[in-house]
Amino acid sequence: MQNFLIFAILILGFIITFQIARASEFVSVIRGEEKTRKQTNKINAALLLVFLIVGLFGVYWAHHTLGDKILKLGSSASDHGILVDRMLKYTIIATGLVFFGTQILLFWYSFKYQESDKRTVYYFPHNNKLELLWTVVPAIVLTILIGFGIVYWYRITGAAPENAMQIEVTGSQFKWEFRYPGKDGVFGKKYYKNIDEAHDNPLGQIWEDAANHDDIYVSGQPMHLVVGKPVKLIIGAKDVIHSVGLPHFRLKMDAVPGTPTTLWFTPIKTTKDMIKETGNSKFVYEIACDQMCGAGHTGMRGEIIVETQEEYDQWMASQKSKYAQMKASAAPAAPAAATVAPGDSTAAPASVKAPADTAAAAKDSTGK
Amino acid sequence: MSDTLHIQHEVASHGHSGEPHVHHHKETFVSKYIFSMDHKMIAKQFLVTGIIWAIIGGLFSVLFRLQLGFPDQSFPILETFFGRWAEGGKIKPEFYYALTTMHGTVLIFFVLTAGLSGTFANLLIPLQVGARDMASPFMNMLSFWFFFAASIVMLSSLFTQTGPAAGGWTVYPPLSALGLASQGSKSGMDLWIIAMTLFVASQLLGGLNYISTILNMRTKGMSMTRMPLTIWAILFTAILGVLSFPVLLSGLVLLMFDRHLGTSFYLSDIFVAGQALPNEGGSAILYQHLFWFLGHPEVYIIILPTMGLASEILAINSRKPIFGYMAMIASLMAICVLAFLVWAHHMFVTGLNPFLGSVFVLLTLLIAIPSAIKVFNWITTIWRGSIRFTPAMLFAIGFVSIFISGGLTGIWLGNSTIDIHLHDTMFVIAHFHIVMGVSAFFGMFAGIYHWFPKMFGRYMNNTLGYIHFWVTLVCAYLIFWPMHYQGMAGMPRRYLDKSSWVSFSQFHSLDAMITVATIIAFSVQLMFVFNYFYSMYKGRRVRTQNPWGATTLEWTTPIHPGHGNWDGEIPEVHRWAYDYSKDGRDFIPQTEPVGENESAH
Repeated sequence: MQNFLIFAILILGFIITFQIARASEFVSVIRGEEKTRKQTNKINAALLLVFLIVGLFGVYWAHHTLGDKILKLGSSASDHGILVDRMLKYTIIATGLVFFGTQILLFWYSFKYQESDKRTVYYFPHNNKLELLWTVVPAIVLTILIGFGIVYWYRITGAAPENAMQIEVTGSQFKWEFRYPGKDGVFGKKYYKNIDEAHDNPLGQIWEDAANHDDIYVSGQPMHLVVGKPVKLIIGAKDVIHSVGLPHFRLKMDAVPGTPTTLWFTPIKTTKDMIKETGNSKFVYEIACDQMCGAGHTGMRGEIIVETQEEYDQWMASQKSKYAQMKASAAPAAPAAATVAPGDSTAAPASVKAPADTAAAAKDSTGK
Repeated sequence: MSDTLHIQHEVASHGHSGEPHVHHHKETFVSKYIFSMDHKMIAKQFLVTGIIWAIIGGLFSVLFRLQLGFPDQSFPILETFFGRWAEGGKIKPEFYYALTTMHGTVLIFFVLTAGLSGTFANLLIPLQVGARDMASPFMNMLSFWFFFAASIVMLSSLFTQTGPAAGGWTVYPPLSALGLASQGSKSGMDLWIIAMTLFVASQLLGGLNYISTILNMRTKGMSMTRMPLTIWAILFTAILGVLSFPVLLSGLVLLMFDRHLGTSFYLSDIFVAGQALPNEGGSAILYQHLFWFLGHPEVYIIILPTMGLASEILAINSRKPIFGYMAMIASLMAICVLAFLVWAHHMFVTGLNPFLGSVFVLLTLLIAIPSAIKVFNWITTIWRGSIRFTPAMLFAIGFVSIFISGGLTGIWLGNSTIDIHLHDTMFVIAHFHIVMGVSAFFGMFAGIYHWFPKMFGRYMNNTLGYIHFWVTLVCAYLIFWPMHYQGMAGMPRRYLDKSSWVSFSQFHSLDAMITVATIIAFSVQLMFVFNYFYSMYKGRRVRTQNPWGATTLEWTTPIHPGHGNWDGEIPEVHRWAYDYSKDGRDFIPQTEPVGENESAH
């Protein structure tokens, strides 16, 4: 009933508007079309000026209500983010000046030069000096912005320092998995066809590679970082393109299946610092998936804890390597899940054989 | 309006007695309204199809904004209409993503490309360059019918069991290649690719026609530098389309192969739905290059015609020449060339080589310069004019305002350092909606209101037009301006529920306000559509041949131009298209010869 009433009111409102509009055409004929046209012109001109004023106020008002809700410029939690914020600041100033200048002129001129008996039009087809002026000035401003932008970009995308700790990040529908290289500092080899979640091998690690034996696997838990220590993320994906979005660090890098990417930075504020700074006791650094990856895209959330070296070492000491976990579990090592025959990848999935049924397949299919 | 009467007299007395140009061939209902080869009818066909798609695409946005604005509420009426896609009255994630994907696809391609270029190129090229029809009326007819076929296929994808494509309008693989990864990547994705293939065919047929007509069929005296800016804009648009749409097609063909023939163009190291796929060696980034090679020129294909329309309408309604005609042509050309060189600015965070990234930053920020020149020229055009606020003029002024707002944030995003932070956030949504979804639409509305008298011999209702303008302008800013702030908070795009996030759950009330504004804006567009169809039959009749007092050739035809446009000879052109308020005269039509005492321009 409620839906029907709302619908009826809308229809009625529309009919009323339409009838007024229709009537206005007849009225204008009766009162004299020219006179009505002139009057409507004055009204619209006035409205344009009013819109300018209301609009400028709206810009201020939006900033007043929403300005506190954004990541404050200058509050970046990473060293690279400081450069991003600085670039934002310069860009806001440059574009802001142009914005206010052009919008004000546009609406002011629209109002001031409305049709009037008192003025004649000035025939002004071109002026090369003006054209040159507003070609060269924007070019200079943009060159400055480009200059800063490219310098900062090279700093951010340049090689990570030697002492950077490395963490491998893997995105999949719809979770994040992390791998630490362990004491040897080397990531063991992996191959996607070895992935076997049922047998403690979610990343497809090749257990024959000794470097894998101390690699630590973390999932459903936060990533741990050390404040002031550079970290290099080696990013990949299992199924579709995901993206590691780190808003507080002002950074982002896509996770592409088959094409590993890297992202490095130094966190400069611990989680505890941020709790204090934001006044939010529930604050946590979040990883947002920033590339459309399917129905669960919205929920693909990860967490990061930035802590002191001591806290990190304590946490690390309590972690067991995935290899150790795998060996400790009861089921015999039975690797690779069933692969689909080449052909229609949109076909219904072939049934995955239960581990107990898998025959000798074991070692042979752990290819390189 | 003494000049109008002057012209009518001139044409009548100078009409040569020679072969008549009006072909009296028998027209059936089918040949006149359905399989028409008359460019004016084809233009209307494009426009009506575009309007229908705009309603559908706009409705999709209202639906998904219901989820965004009121994520905790359920709307039982949704379940009535959409069944299991909106179980319990809540839009399911699969449905949400199908809606956003189809919203983008439909509005970008079917409305703002076909509905915009298709309409105005077809309507205006022959009329403004002085031709009887397009170079190939048959190809022209085919271009509409391929578009129609594409529409049918795309529409059918909405009704499949697994739903339409749902991986974003950009349909990146592997998501769009693997039915295992998403429902929408099953049959819906195949239909999407087929529809787009037909669409590309339509665009090529049209584009080649536009270019040949403009280059080859201009009337006597119509040199390239006497053409109105609308035609220049459409020429560059057609060039952009002809050169870039085939690349999209190639990307989609490879995608189709990956989907069904076991190839690995885009696929490598995939483990999905519990199984490892055999594909190795492909690069998902390859697709992005192929897609964006069209994708970026595509947005210029959308905005360039509207720039041409706006230039024309601003000049006519200020009674002043467009300022800097040659600079306007040069900037259109610069935008056309640069548009091909900036595509990877959509890919800054894909892990591409940083050097490559820096090259694209340079080129992207370069493209801001011709756009800036155009804005300054538009503002100078209205300066010291005598402005007449028809609905078309208001939309043209609104177009400039919104283009400024949206274009400036492009400078933010084109700088890769900033893009690292703002890529795939609501900031990007704000940018492209303002510049495409609002600005380009305003240009389109301006064109429709302004040339409606030419299309139908009637005026659209002015009062409804003013309401349409003011409500849309205010609502558009209310909807998209605050989204910049959401982006600056790091809020990702394509997220349907922010409640589980600590970092972006602070915009609940804002999202609700935006949704309400969206519903109002959509309703007002429906009112516009009503105005359009009602005025076609019952609008106030046009009584003068040149109601806007314009200089261009389309206003020298009869009020209801038939096949062949002009009853006698095609008029000859003696001057450029912008002699407004010259030497104390309100306007001098292009057809009037240059007088002895006239000042040079």
